[in-house]
Amino acid sequence: MKRRESDLNDNVIEVSSLEKNYGSLKAVAGISFDVKPGEVFSLLGPNGAGKTTTIEILEGLRARDGGDVKVLGLDPWKHGYELHKKLGVIAQGFRFFDYTTPKEAVQYYASLFGVKVDADAILKRVLLDDVSGKWYRNLSGGQRQKYGLALSLVNDPELVFLDEPTTGLDPQARRAVWEVIRQLKKEGRAVLLTTHYLQEAEELADRVAIMNLGKIIASGTPEEIIVKYSIGERLVIKAGRDLATYLVQAGLKVDISGKDEIAIRIEQKDDIVEAMAAIGRSKFDWSDLRIQRETLEDIFVRLVGKTEETSVRLMS
Amino acid sequence: MVSASRIWADLKVTARGFIRSRVGLFFALIFPMILILLFGAIFSGSSGPTNAYVQDLDSTPLSGQFITALNSTNIVTLTPVPAADNFSQYLLAHSSSDGIIIPQGFQTRYLIGNPVNLTIYGNPASSSSAMVSGVTQSVVNAFNLGRANTTTVIGVQSLTIKSQNLKYIDFLIPGLIGFSILTSPMFAMVNITSQYKRDKLFKQLSLTPLTKGEWLFSKVLWYWFITIVSFLIMCVVGIYAFGAHIALTAAIIPFLLVGPLLFVSLGMLVGTISNSVESAAVVGNLITFPMMFLSGTFFPVNSMPQYLQTIAHFLPLYYVIEGLNNVMTYNNLGSAFVDFGVIFVIAAITFTLAVVFFRWRED
Repeated sequence: MKRRESDLNDNVIEVSSLEKNYGSLKAVAGISFDVKPGEVFSLLGPNGAGKTTTIEILEGLRARDGGDVKVLGLDPWKHGYELHKKLGVIAQGFRFFDYTTPKEAVQYYASLFGVKVDADAILKRVLLDDVSGKWYRNLSGGQRQKYGLALSLVNDPELVFLDEPTTGLDPQARRAVWEVIRQLKKEGRAVLLTTHYLQEAEELADRVAIMNLGKIIASGTPEEIIVKYSIGERLVIKAGRDLATYLVQAGLKVDISGKDEIAIRIEQKDDIVEAMAAIGRSKFDWSDLRIQRETLEDIFVRLVGKTEETSVRLMS
Repeated sequence: MVSASRIWADLKVTARGFIRSRVGLFFALIFPMILILLFGAIFSGSSGPTNAYVQDLDSTPLSGQFITALNSTNIVTLTPVPAADNFSQYLLAHSSSDGIIIPQGFQTRYLIGNPVNLTIYGNPASSSSAMVSGVTQSVVNAFNLGRANTTTVIGVQSLTIKSQNLKYIDFLIPGLIGFSILTSPMFAMVNITSQYKRDKLFKQLSLTPLTKGEWLFSKVLWYWFITIVSFLIMCVVGIYAFGAHIALTAAIIPFLLVGPLLFVSLGMLVGTISNSVESAAVVGNLITFPMMFLSGTFFPVNSMPQYLQTIAHFLPLYYVIEGLNNVMTYNNLGSAFVDFGVIFVIAAITFTLAVVFFRWRED
């Protein structure tokens, strides 16, 4: 799909000092970012970081308490009706009418948007053509997400909001959704994606912003974030907890991954020598030594403070 | 700007969901039909004369004429008991409490003008005993009159006024049409509104050009359609299965339009202001069930105790059923107009509140 030339020069989303409060809780605390045409931009963050509130403000579903927001040049709260004709959206935990088939739903949306579409072609694009006549209530979790994805494409949107589109899906279904998102990018559509999955963001996003407690704590391309926030490389060995305890007591910075692996942070070259010497002195068994660079996941966990739930998800 | 094509598209989705779920279809069309067949069969059929026993200790032509006169009323059927039997024990042995003893000397005393007493057995708490006693008293009166005028046996004549010609089914049909106008939109809209809110379907729809007014109007259209179909089914069953005498005039139409509008709005309001699907169902039932039974659906309101009649006057469904009765049963259009005015005002207020409280998106 071709985007208009004039669109290419303007940001599709511009957010400046956005604020949203729920009573005394600052759900969004003055964040700023922009999304360029044809770009996949990902908001990352643990539960309660403010991602969904942000995306719902951008969709025009929620009023903001402060700051400026422009989506496709429009204020989403004031001009939601006009804006929605140009947006595609999958809300978090997408649900639809129990007794409506994917094909009927696409035709229903086409009538609401006043457009003519080839329902079969849209369902084929999202790999849902094999169950086009099945009621929503009888579809699997992955098929339901693809159902939502199909509806978000009916009005040929310039910008697509995907709020955790792969949460709860099995790896195969997740990869099928990724394929559709890649296709959207190829067609020149901008995508704002929120996700828990770091791998998903690394696979799909041109740029990411990491949110925590209503603030953006890091942003840029995944590579830029790694370069900017990485505290160096890590020396990884296979060994037990006894050795980890010994190394900590020896003054080294150590992480335990849960797979009988110990990661020793190497902030300067001498740290490698010191670590090897300490390992040798310890007399504990170890194997499989390697030097590893910090990933986006490592940085994310470190920046948001390692919540238990997030850590588990990041490992999966 | 309101779009007919968007309303039509939403109406099609609503209709499909309603028909495919089957629950809605059952309660909207099948359940009222079951009720009309059930209540119609119970109350509209002829119950026949009450059975009672008679012991004729006189065995004269006059006592025979007296028994014949009682049987000819078609209100009681008398079974003779042998004169030698103990009458009260005979009744107990036949599980009956109703009977008459004609004493020895009945004819002789009657002819010479000496008082003679019949003995009537009965249970004061039983309506059948009251019937036996009442009809015996009537025939006794007739015999007394007959003696004074030197005429022979006189039958019992019953007098009727117009309203007594109406059958139960004539009240039942408007009541069940009202029942259908209430239950189908009310239960469905409480459920739909609270579930859509929980599942964020309103948010989903708000991201399309469909407006909340169009969405609501498509629901009203659908329940108008359901109400009319249900109305036709009940009229056909009532008239052809039970011989109901109901007037089918254009004055019914306003009730079939404003009634569903009122209960679609009320259901939506309950679903909107409730915090969860469960609490919406509880509130919906608390409003619907008293209305279902106290508004004259199954029995005329004036047959209920006074305090319940007072409560009934505060229930919107009362005016729907009262109005339908005034149009279909009594042809009293003046009163029907007042009933229509009341439900129109209630519908307007409820609709306004539902639209004000119902939100597509959040602040």
